[in-house]
Amino acid sequence: MSGPSDYQPSNPALQWIERRLPIFGLMHSSFVAYPTPRNLNYWWTFGAILSFMLGMQILTGVILAMHYTPNADLAFKSVELIVRDVNYGWLLRNMHAVGASMFFVAVYVHMFRGLYYGSYKEPREVLWILGVIIYLLMMATGFMGYVLPWGQMSFWGATVITNLFSAIPYVGESIVTLLWGGYSVGNPTLNRFFSLHYLLPFVIAGVVVLHVWALHVAGQNNPDGVEPKTEKDTVPFTPHATIKDMFGVSCFLLLYAWFIFYMPNYLGDADNYIPANPGVTPPHIVPEWYYLPFYAILRSIPNKLAGVIAMFGAIIILCFLPWLDSARTRSSKYRPLAKQFFWIFVVVCILLGYLGAQPPEGIYVVAGRVLTVCYFAYFLIVLPLLARIEKPRPVPNSISDAVLAKTGSRSTPMVSTAIMLALAGSLFAGSIDSAKASEGSDSPPGNKWSFSGPFGTFDRGALQRGLKVYKEVCASCHGLSYIAFRNLAEPGGPGYSVAQAAAFASDYKVKDGPNDAGDMFERPGRAADYFPSPFPNEQAARAANGGAAPPDLSLITKARSYKRGFPWFIFDFFTQYQEQGPDYVTAVLQGYEEKVPEGVTIPEGSYYNKYFPGHAIKMPKPLSDGQVTYDDGSPATVAQYAKDVTTFLMWTAEPHMEARKRLGFQVFVFLIIFAGLMYFTKKKVWADSH
Amino acid sequence: MNPDASTIAAGAPIEVDLSPIAEGQDIKVFWRGKPIYISHRTKKQIDEARAVSVASLPDPQADEARVKSGHEQWLVVIGICTHLGCIPIAHEGSYDGFFCPCHGSVYDTSGRIRQGPAPSNLAVPPYQFVSDTKIQIG
Repeated sequence: MSGPSDYQPSNPALQWIERRLPIFGLMHSSFVAYPTPRNLNYWWTFGAILSFMLGMQILTGVILAMHYTPNADLAFKSVELIVRDVNYGWLLRNMHAVGASMFFVAVYVHMFRGLYYGSYKEPREVLWILGVIIYLLMMATGFMGYVLPWGQMSFWGATVITNLFSAIPYVGESIVTLLWGGYSVGNPTLNRFFSLHYLLPFVIAGVVVLHVWALHVAGQNNPDGVEPKTEKDTVPFTPHATIKDMFGVSCFLLLYAWFIFYMPNYLGDADNYIPANPGVTPPHIVPEWYYLPFYAILRSIPNKLAGVIAMFGAIIILCFLPWLDSARTRSSKYRPLAKQFFWIFVVVCILLGYLGAQPPEGIYVVAGRVLTVCYFAYFLIVLPLLARIEKPRPVPNSISDAVLAKTGSRSTPMVSTAIMLALAGSLFAGSIDSAKASEGSDSPPGNKWSFSGPFGTFDRGALQRGLKVYKEVCASCHGLSYIAFRNLAEPGGPGYSVAQAAAFASDYKVKDGPNDAGDMFERPGRAADYFPSPFPNEQAARAANGGAAPPDLSLITKARSYKRGFPWFIFDFFTQYQEQGPDYVTAVLQGYEEKVPEGVTIPEGSYYNKYFPGHAIKMPKPLSDGQVTYDDGSPATVAQYAKDVTTFLMWTAEPHMEARKRLGFQVFVFLIIFAGLMYFTKKKVWADSH
Repeated sequence: MNPDASTIAAGAPIEVDLSPIAEGQDIKVFWRGKPIYISHRTKKQIDEARAVSVASLPDPQADEARVKSGHEQWLVVIGICTHLGCIPIAHEGSYDGFFCPCHGSVYDTSGRIRQGPAPSNLAVPPYQFVSDTKIQIG
């Protein structure tokens, strides 16, 4: 992008355009002929990955917006209808929701890479600051996007985050009212967040253009941190960088697809499958994982205003990094001390993230304070000090020298390894303590489910039996409002025929109207009708059940979970364990005990349940042996009922689960072949350059 | 971007009948989308709130200044934690008042902050007694 290009297209039509708007020359000089350092490693492919993710988010987001309804009463339902009824809506939604997380994974790698290799140093200060601005915009966009599904976590996340601004002296309260468009988070808030969530990605795209422009003026940094001097130090962007980026993107897509197809809810919060309720705060509000380190900093500081300043300061401080670190050597590769402190800093950030997800009590608060000090000390003390006292190793004369000397000796970073091990050890020890603590409050036992794992499918028999249990037992109190009778005949469901589903529907009485006389009337159900709810509204349900409204069961297996502490949540990523919901539901159904253990008091009108949080449940024991007759000879026991109805409720929570896993396998086969092809092409292209 | 006319209109004052609230009980009503706790305090709770030395509080305010004189048993506060806006749970925490589950702020029987990160007491909404058993909030 520097200076007029001497590129001339050969096609006369393109020449005609080029003389009037030199756009092809711009493209050619920026993305084809552009000289890129030949020693770049794979950490440099994250720029391309980020561009790809931005494109992906905009594309899926625009389509989702065509189906989404930004209204406090309808938003939650419209998101569920996208997942259930829109063609490949489940895929779009997973791609967009997981895509946000993947976007942040990539941006964190990209930022840490810049930090390690000194990419913020002269002459790239503006490039770096533009990057920080993009990051801030991403955080705002991500936050507002998370509000849109209007679940409990959306609502309370919005409440907590907007309330941060009330800490500003004098004008704080008015700013918050302005953000809300009302006296509390509500419909006007949702509307303006939707509008801004649609706008900001395009602002990000604009700043990305500036970011790339600044990059192409200053040139790319590289792992050795020496500027290219001769032509031998660089290779043309196309094909070299292009194909390498393609390989990088396809590897990243494998990770992305792992989440989309196999664990779409791993990064989310179960509470967000409960519709927003302004009257009830969830016991434990956690933001999305990518904000957790900053949330931990916020909570570490006992003063509200100071906490808010520290939290924003933790991001703003990045803008001043080029001047805080005045060391002349760019790359930490040649800075023995900076390298070790860098890795300590990475660990500090990860630990802060872990603490951000823990309840703010006891040891977690103390650890949070220590780590917050470490975070700021890295920027304000360590980096300025290192620039003065550190003796860097000699930097190679040129990039080609560095490439040739690649076999040179490497000192093992002993100290940082030891520190890492010590930190990991203490974290592990801490988690064992908390694991012991949670053993007291029984966590539900694991079960073998037919629908778990990458090839899991629903057991049709269990679905049909579960439907029977629901109809004969649960339905007297619990609704199933997101499931229509037609769903019973859809592929991946209980396997009924269209005629059977219609016959099933006609057993129900559905309220319709008004008719020509203006009256409501009842008629037999049709396939397109939804399961009627047992109570006309929530207040009626509450009044009829001693003050506790029985929740709708459509999403219950996704809306309930239990804590999987460290290190289980890491293993879960590999084993694809995500059946906390079903395990919990089936355990609660079987967890009733006549004898209340000593030390537990159960209030009047409640029942003791081993697995229910707090143990006092308002629902009486719903299942007993022999209550429902099975036609297929399965045992008529509580254990069997619980398992069948849970399987059925897993299906109601995600009717397209089988399609998701099936498509996932196909996508994985494709991606692995594609990544392999990219790898060998890349090897061929780079054969002469190493 | 400030609240529109309909939002403001919906925020008009509301009347609440206090007669069904027994001593020691409390109710939650919504006004302007905000939960308002109305507690019928017991003698013990009032004494607790008045026994503490006002100067020792993080946000010093006498209990007398937070209730209407002649109606000391009624505590009316906005149930929004002054930290980050969660809804505290009534009758919990070590001061027999309110406890916020989000970041652990504890309020006493007068809705005053006693412990935790919240900077100030639970706000008292504008209200007045229309009769002995009825208040108007707003």
